[in-house]
Amino acid sequence: MGRLRRYTFLTAAVVVILLLISGSQRHGGGWAPATDTTGWPASFGFGRTATLQEITAMDISIRPDGRGLPPGSGTAATGQAIYAIKCAACHGKTGTEGPYARLVGPMGDTTKAKTIGNYWPYATTIFDYTRRAMPYNAPGSLSDAEVYSLTAFLLAANKIIDSSAVVDAQSLPRVKMPAHDLYVPDDRRGGPEVR
Amino acid sequence: MDDNSMGDKKRISRRKLLAGAATAATVALIRTVSGQTVHAAVGAKAATPGAATPGAATPGAATGRATGIPGDPTKKPGVPPGKLGTRSSFEHLVKKPSDTSSRSPLQDFYGSITPSDLHYERSHNGVPAIDPEKYELLIHGMVERPMVFTLRDLKRFPALSRICFLECSGNFRTGKETLTPQDICGLTSQSEWTGVMLSTLFREVGVSPKASWFLAEGSDSAVLTRSIPVSKGWEDAMIVYAQNGEAVRPEQGYPARLLLPGWEGNANVKWIRRIELSDQPFMTREETSKYTYPIKDGKIRQFSFVMDARSMITFPAYPVQLEKGWVEIRGIAWSGWGKISKVEVSTDAGRSWYPAQLQEPVLDKAHTVFRLLWRWDGQETEILSRATDETGYIQPTLNQLIAARGEDMGGYHLNPVTAWRIRKDGAVLFVPENRK
Repeated sequence: MGRLRRYTFLTAAVVVILLLISGSQRHGGGWAPATDTTGWPASFGFGRTATLQEITAMDISIRPDGRGLPPGSGTAATGQAIYAIKCAACHGKTGTEGPYARLVGPMGDTTKAKTIGNYWPYATTIFDYTRRAMPYNAPGSLSDAEVYSLTAFLLAANKIIDSSAVVDAQSLPRVKMPAHDLYVPDDRRGGPEVR
Repeated sequence: MDDNSMGDKKRISRRKLLAGAATAATVALIRTVSGQTVHAAVGAKAATPGAATPGAATPGAATGRATGIPGDPTKKPGVPPGKLGTRSSFEHLVKKPSDTSSRSPLQDFYGSITPSDLHYERSHNGVPAIDPEKYELLIHGMVERPMVFTLRDLKRFPALSRICFLECSGNFRTGKETLTPQDICGLTSQSEWTGVMLSTLFREVGVSPKASWFLAEGSDSAVLTRSIPVSKGWEDAMIVYAQNGEAVRPEQGYPARLLLPGWEGNANVKWIRRIELSDQPFMTREETSKYTYPIKDGKIRQFSFVMDARSMITFPAYPVQLEKGWVEIRGIAWSGWGKISKVEVSTDAGRSWYPAQLQEPVLDKAHTVFRLLWRWDGQETEILSRATDETGYIQPTLNQLIAARGEDMGGYHLNPVTAWRIRKDGAVLFVPENRK
């Protein structure tokens, strides 16, 4: 009896969805999002619960408030040595020469390039991006300590932190980036005004 | 004798016959690596489909007049049915690749669906190889139940298909006359996408009402990440596993990608492996140092998701040689804000504008084909198109964009009206804009 009622309910829901879709097509081909969940169960029961262990293993993202930063630390001096071996081939000896993305160019420098010093709004992004995607030919191969040191080197080269500063989970989110206050959210809203 | 053996016999004799014909007419039926049987001229370079050298084809032109194609196709038996269809050996549509992207040949398309193998590409460290049996999507963070979904799981949920465009937000080139539509704005394509609404998965994991952003992360070697407002997830975002009726192509995110209709391509994270619900954006590299742009007063615009309305005349366009007389001007128009409501075309360098016909059905956030019949009198002129969307937004000129954003506006989200100059001799050339 209960099963029969559920079946009827589902059939009705399918009919409603089909009517909605065909109705929208009649009115000039518009598309109605499938937000009508009438007759849907609270849960389909597909998929499985993620274990804390697998979440921890995959969750590599770092937030601007520092959440996600691992233990460890680094300094510019150590970072400079790693940079020379693993980064300089693409980004240049001092981070200004290229051939790929110029990384160094303090605020007020005459460079037109968007650098960490004149454009990046958050220091935590340097750690996050370098750890997940660099070096280009061996992504994800750097240790957390190496990434902390490279971050310290890049911040110091852009004259944002002192070259003797230690970068770690506590100090990195506190670094105020020169371009931080320039960022504004998108204010385009559609409509006649060009923005 | 049953039907099967009868069929076998028929097939054998047919094959023999065909082999004989091939010898006689120097046309061979070549079985390709993928097991396809195709007509091909013996010794002709373009014998194998897909082997056309990129860049060798002239856009819009039917090149490759292979020798050995019989003059009268009604006098030779044709190719028997095969396992895969082929593109005619006379057709040489190709994308135009660079180190980081590859552009769709917009000038070679008919209608509004991009053939899947010609969909534009943009990746940040190449196309990964992913085993669909090992594929998993993790959704965690501000949810009641952090969960893992396999590809099979995703396909069990109620499915939905929709047609919409994708476009890279850096999709505008100018600077010289000899640019094709593919060169100027080939980083946009359109497909029918099938998958599960993200809202369905949000229900399943119990997204917290306090969650305002989610991180989408790819499993390419850039492990690309973008922060997306949760509202888009509830509205019309999808996790899609199919494109134009088959599995999503590797270049487009196989086996599953995020689809955010109307929003800049980069945010539609391909090869998606993880979604993390949060109460703030993560400020990833892609949404800070990239995909942002300077506007006035030294400010930098961030989270500029929606693609503004745009149109492009794809015929006649460089390198077409135009003939005097009737010309159907054709193109595509699209808007990330909704439907295209109007496309106007000018054939006198912008002095007067005429409404073009829109191909029905006009879909939400979708490439919309427009056409205008015109008689070219052989005098030099410029033709232009201008789209208006249902919000009342009118595609601007480059000068209007500069006036709104300033001289240093960078290269993202540029959707200017563009013009083609038609010379007296019939040559069609792009009218480049001068920018600093």
